[in-house]
This record gives sequence, structure tokens and C-alpha cells, in this order.
Amino acid sequence: MPGTKEIRSKISSVKSTQKITKAMEMVAASKMRRAQDRMRMARPYAAKIRQVIGHLTQANPDYKHPFLVERETQNVGIIVVSSDRGLCGALNTNVFKSTLLLMREWQGKGAKVSLALFGNKSVAFFRRLGAPVLATAAGLGDKPTVKDLIGPVKIMLDAYRDGSLDRVFVVHAEFVNTMTQKPLINQLLPVEPVKDDELQEMWDYIYEPSAADILDGVLSRYVESQVYRGVVESVACEMAARMVAMKAASDNAGKLINELQLIYNKARQAAITKELAEIVGGAAAV
Amino acid sequence: MDDHTIHCDIVSAEGEIFSGPATMVFVPAEQGEIGIAPRHAPLLTLIKPGEVRVQTAGGEEQFFWVGGGALEIQPKRVTVLADTALRARDVDEAAALEAKRRAEEALAGQIDKIEQAEALAELARAAAQLKLLQKLRKIKG
Repeated sequence: MPGTKEIRSKISSVKSTQKITKAMEMVAASKMRRAQDRMRMARPYAAKIRQVIGHLTQANPDYKHPFLVERETQNVGIIVVSSDRGLCGALNTNVFKSTLLLMREWQGKGAKVSLALFGNKSVAFFRRLGAPVLATAAGLGDKPTVKDLIGPVKIMLDAYRDGSLDRVFVVHAEFVNTMTQKPLINQLLPVEPVKDDELQEMWDYIYEPSAADILDGVLSRYVESQVYRGVVESVACEMAARMVAMKAASDNAGKLINELQLIYNKARQAAITKELAEIVGGAAAV
Repeated sequence: MDDHTIHCDIVSAEGEIFSGPATMVFVPAEQGEIGIAPRHAPLLTLIKPGEVRVQTAGGEEQFFWVGGGALEIQPKRVTVLADTALRARDVDEAAALEAKRRAEEALAGQIDKIEQAEALAELARAAAQLKLLQKLRKIKG
């Protein structure tokens, strides 16, 4: 029976691949749930600090913090958040695509673009592009913490402070639902004013010790929390995308096995028929 | 909300810690502990690592440890934005330097090896697929 052995070994190799993709699918599903929880946990802080910033931009401090002041844009910083590992569909590609569009848009306006890269995939991709990279953070894992982000974010904040960046964006994947993730561009600096209708009259905080110190602390934390949100959301997206990709892979492997099984059966049948014909032919000859 | 309580939220970037009405809140502000009663004047300050005490409407007292952060007071609302990471100027600086060093390293060509390995794996995969296709064609044809 020529060929049947090869087909059989092919079937078993596809089967073992299917086992792996199924396992990856299930692992991604459970990790996604945990990542979504973390996303939810980060929400109250982001909402509260946004509220505080909203109050801040409506208050009238005698001191204007540079993070709140719009200035002419000559240098743009972009923080790109990607996953560390592949096998998650078009997730990273989509993020990179919208990053490239954003870069081109600002380059078209004559601005220079520098990058900060989060995640191995973005490091590998943007290294080829040759744009200046100010900071990277790779290998954040499935449970990123704010602590891991302070360093790279500080580089961007410092660059903004000393005037070598005039605008900072973050690009990350947004978790719409399990099936849909889309890239999201978010302006970090200057901080865009947030509206809060609750407080209308003219008023101001008491600042202890000084407005400058507090604003700096609060605004840095605000930016960090925004980046943290991006990173956590990216992890959830990565897991969801991987789950979907691995499900498709398992389904395809199943289809392939069915097809191979059919071919195998046909080949086997053909061999038997041939043998029978030979026996009958041999008997007739005698 | 009545005038005898103030809404208190304690949140950190990695989770909500407390949310609810309180009659009095004590926070370790940078310039000493402050007690916040309802209808406090708007105040914004940084806090240092220490204990936040919340006296709830039921009269019991709850304690929370915070590693620093920021405090916002509105007449009807107290918000404690707690840090999860221990913050210090030197530590932050070191983390920033580390991130920069990594960027330089990544750009200096260390990735080359990984990229090469990835390309080889891709090649092996493509070759295997090609083989299978050829085999299938032989059998079908």
C-alpha cells in the first residue's frame, strides 16, 4: 500500500498540532478572564484620577503646569504597546499600522517622531524602521505592574519637561469584546481638559505644600495610569486574539484531519481493490 | 447625600480599596496627618506612606495602609489615589536609566539572533507545508 503510511503519520502529526493549539486556546481563555479582571480593577483609579485632573483644569491655580500647556509641536513621542509573543492574529500588526499612520501624519507636518516601545514585538518591528527609540520595556508578562512602567514613562515625561518632546501619544489595542480588538490612539501630553459639570463656579484648591509639586505628582501619576491601562488592556486583547486564532487553528486542523482521513481511506480501498483484481486475474489465468 | 458624611474613595491603579460614606477620614499627608470632616475645603496634597483611617457612618473604624500617593478633597468627597509601587526619586531614576539601557541594547543588534531564529522556524514550517502539499498532490493525482 504505497502512501498510506505517510498519510497516517501526517494525520498523527496534525493531531498533535491540534492538541497544542487546543491547549493554547484554553490557556488563553483563562488568562483572558484574569486580564479582564485586572482591566476592571484599574478602572476606578483611572476614573478618579481623571476626575481630579478635570477639577484641576477647571480650577485657577496661579501656576500653570507644563503638562497642561499646549505648545507648538516639533517633536512627537509615541508609546507603542504590543504583546511579547506572537500567535495572536493581526493584533500587533493593527497596532503597528495605526502607529505608522500616526507617525506619517506628524512627519507630514514636519515633526520629528521618537518612540518608546513596550513588548518584544514592537521592539522587533520598529527597530527596522530606524526611528529614534527612547525607551523599551519588554517581557512585562501577563501581569504587568505599575512599577514596571515607571521607568520608561519617566523618560517620556522628562523629555516633555525639558522640551525635547512637545506631544506624547500612546497607541495600544483596545478591548471591545472577545472577538474585536482595535488599535486606540490616546494623547497623553499635553493633558486634554476633562469636562466636569458638577463644579461651575470659580474656585481653587488649597495646595499643600506647593501647587507645582502636587500638580507634578498628580499629573505624572495620571500619565502612568493611562499607560498602565493601555498595557493591561493590551494583555487582555492579546489573550482574546490568541484564543480566537487558536480556535481557528484547531478547527482548521480538524478539517485537515478529515480530508487526510478521506484520502487515506481511498488509498487503502484502492490498494485492496487492486489486490483483489490481481487475485481474480491470477485465478482466471490458471 | 446628607451633611454628616463625606464620600470616601481609596483607589490604587491595580484595584479599588475602599468606597463608601464616612464621618471622618484621617490621611498621612506630606506635611503631617490631616483629619477630614464633611464639608472640608477643597484641598490637594501628596501623601506619604502610612495609615489611612476611615470612620464609617456605622461608627466603626477601618484601617488601610497606603504606600504614598495623592489626596483630593472636595466638600462632599475625599479621594485617596494610592500608589502601588514604592516611589522615591532615586528609584524612579534608576528605573528610567534601566529602560534606556534596554532600548540601546535592543537596537544594538541583540535582536538579530532572535530574528534569525524566527526566520529559520518560519522557513522550516514553510518547507514542511510544501512537502505535505506535494505528497497530497501525488496521492490525489
